[in-house]
Amino acid sequence: MSILDTFVAHAPALIVAIPLLGAFLVQLVGRLHEKAKVVFALLTILLTNCFLYLLTYDVFTNGIRTYIFGNADLTLPVVRILFEVDAMSIYMALISTTLILVAFIFSWVYMKDNTGLDKFYTLMLLLTAGMLGMVFTGDIFNFFVFLEITGISSAALVAFWVHKAEAVEAGFKYILISAIGALFVLFAIALLYGQYDALNIAVLAQSIQFTFLDKIALVILLVSLAMKAGLFPMHMWLPDSYSRAPAPVTIGLVAATLASFYGVLRVIFSLYGGIYSGTDLALLSTLTSTKFMGSLLIGLALLAILVGVIMALRQTDLKRLIAFAAVAEIGYMFLGIGTWMAAKTVHVDPDGIATAISILPYGNLALQGGIFHLFNDAFDIGLLFLVAGVIFFVTKERSLDNLSGLARHMKATTIFFIIGLCAVAGLPPLNGFASKLLLYESTFQLNPILGIVAIVGSILLLAVFVKVFYAAFMGPDLIKTNVHKEPRSMIIAMGILAAVIIIIGLFPDLFLTHFVEPATDALLNFSSYTNAVLIGGV
Amino acid sequence: MFTFETGSGFWNPLVWIIIFVVAFLIGYILRSFGKRSYKEGTEQTKSFLSGNEEYDKEHMQIKSSNLYWGFTESFSWLYSILKKLHTGNASDYIVWFVVVLGLFLLAGVML
Repeated sequence: MSILDTFVAHAPALIVAIPLLGAFLVQLVGRLHEKAKVVFALLTILLTNCFLYLLTYDVFTNGIRTYIFGNADLTLPVVRILFEVDAMSIYMALISTTLILVAFIFSWVYMKDNTGLDKFYTLMLLLTAGMLGMVFTGDIFNFFVFLEITGISSAALVAFWVHKAEAVEAGFKYILISAIGALFVLFAIALLYGQYDALNIAVLAQSIQFTFLDKIALVILLVSLAMKAGLFPMHMWLPDSYSRAPAPVTIGLVAATLASFYGVLRVIFSLYGGIYSGTDLALLSTLTSTKFMGSLLIGLALLAILVGVIMALRQTDLKRLIAFAAVAEIGYMFLGIGTWMAAKTVHVDPDGIATAISILPYGNLALQGGIFHLFNDAFDIGLLFLVAGVIFFVTKERSLDNLSGLARHMKATTIFFIIGLCAVAGLPPLNGFASKLLLYESTFQLNPILGIVAIVGSILLLAVFVKVFYAAFMGPDLIKTNVHKEPRSMIIAMGILAAVIIIIGLFPDLFLTHFVEPATDALLNFSSYTNAVLIGGV
Repeated sequence: MFTFETGSGFWNPLVWIIIFVVAFLIGYILRSFGKRSYKEGTEQTKSFLSGNEEYDKEHMQIKSSNLYWGFTESFSWLYSILKKLHTGNASDYIVWFVVVLGLFLLAGVML
């Protein structure tokens, strides 16, 4: 076995271990030199990214990779934790680590005047380890542990500017929501453990009988994680937290929110994949509840889109405005899942006897659109939050009413804002258009009204950001303070996100074929996820 | 490589870019036909506001909170409902969680 093979074999553990270890080492390194902690944190996340790229190549070439911590043999007592990394896990991990890397580059100058930077980097690295653990783990209790690590570090980061009362209040709200969500997740895990005496997702997925308790566990997991993902009407913590955190933290929070959305996907498609992805006629009795839950998700997703954009239209605080736009974007992702669930149908023969269950083709298209949009939302909303961060850094203003004519001073930021604006509103030829096109077409086939509402949402999003562009960047030069150019590190951070947005916008088919489709297939191919553990003998 | 199939249609960003370039060229050519002999700072370049005096640029700027005034005013009933929902009270956030949990329990367990 070459050294590269050894690295690949241990990559799932190293990708979580490196930021976890780095989080504590940064405290020591910080004592050497003020700049050393920033460099160390950046190197830590770069190293994590290197291992992730190795693992990405491996998973996309050889399929699912499992990694066992503890007892390798299935002899009792089985004390072990298992990581199971498939294309969907990789897809989500790439989003998280890229956003955190960008956040670190951005924070180089943005955070330099803050005290307690060692704590900042410790918490950011813990957040990274938590998110990566959530997406790699194949153990439901371990998922809860990483969910807690993510939640606690996020709450502390939201309240990082502890001298500001609003930040502390937002941090309190975040920890409250996070703790309640996590407690309910733990309760659902207890329900499953009590019945099946197992915590491994693959083992549970194989065993689940869809009993009354299984259904309760499903609903609790789904709603708790949806709250952490910011689905309407449980989204209200999101504008509070996003708007009060420092800009690099905000894009970390975007990644953490999407990790919870990933949790929703794992629950539906892996843990309960046998029920939802299954097309066996024996599942006929579950069809009504599946379709009804799909319809509920669609309803909440549409409300998320409309309420998100309508509230954003009224905001004058730039970060709060973007946060409401993020609520709408999350709605689009849930719309994809809901449409997939509602697309499940039963075929009957002329005598009215059910012959088969299948998922109509537009259902899978909607799911692809939702997963594609997961990536686009992270980068588009992330870029807009960075732009808001630059504006605050340069002008010390949050209110759009006090901003004007910034395009005269901040040309690079203006260009990046236009790119973010067009991408988030789904304007061609940028990335947001490609994913929204999939969603428009698929939802239209389920019900034309859904497609129309989705398009109206995008038009209103455009109106929201045109308002920001007019108010902040156009018009006379009203800023009285000494407005200076944006620092280079911030331009690099925004440039990375903008470059990805443009490249995916120009080559949507390449991205869809090489990343989105494998990720979607990994979710839909329920048996390969369970077989990797059960038949693979791990 | 550029064509993006969506099942019932397709999308090609390259075509869009070509359209943009052509539109830009047409605009540029039309602009080149314009008069170069106008005098800046005279009546020729001044805005015509129905004969009214033009205010300073600083006083002409519409504030962000006044933008889309017609829309927000027309939907003031909707905004008053949404404002009541977004109380900022953490207890209310939990109430919404309980409501959604109840709805899904009804859908997922009872049906």
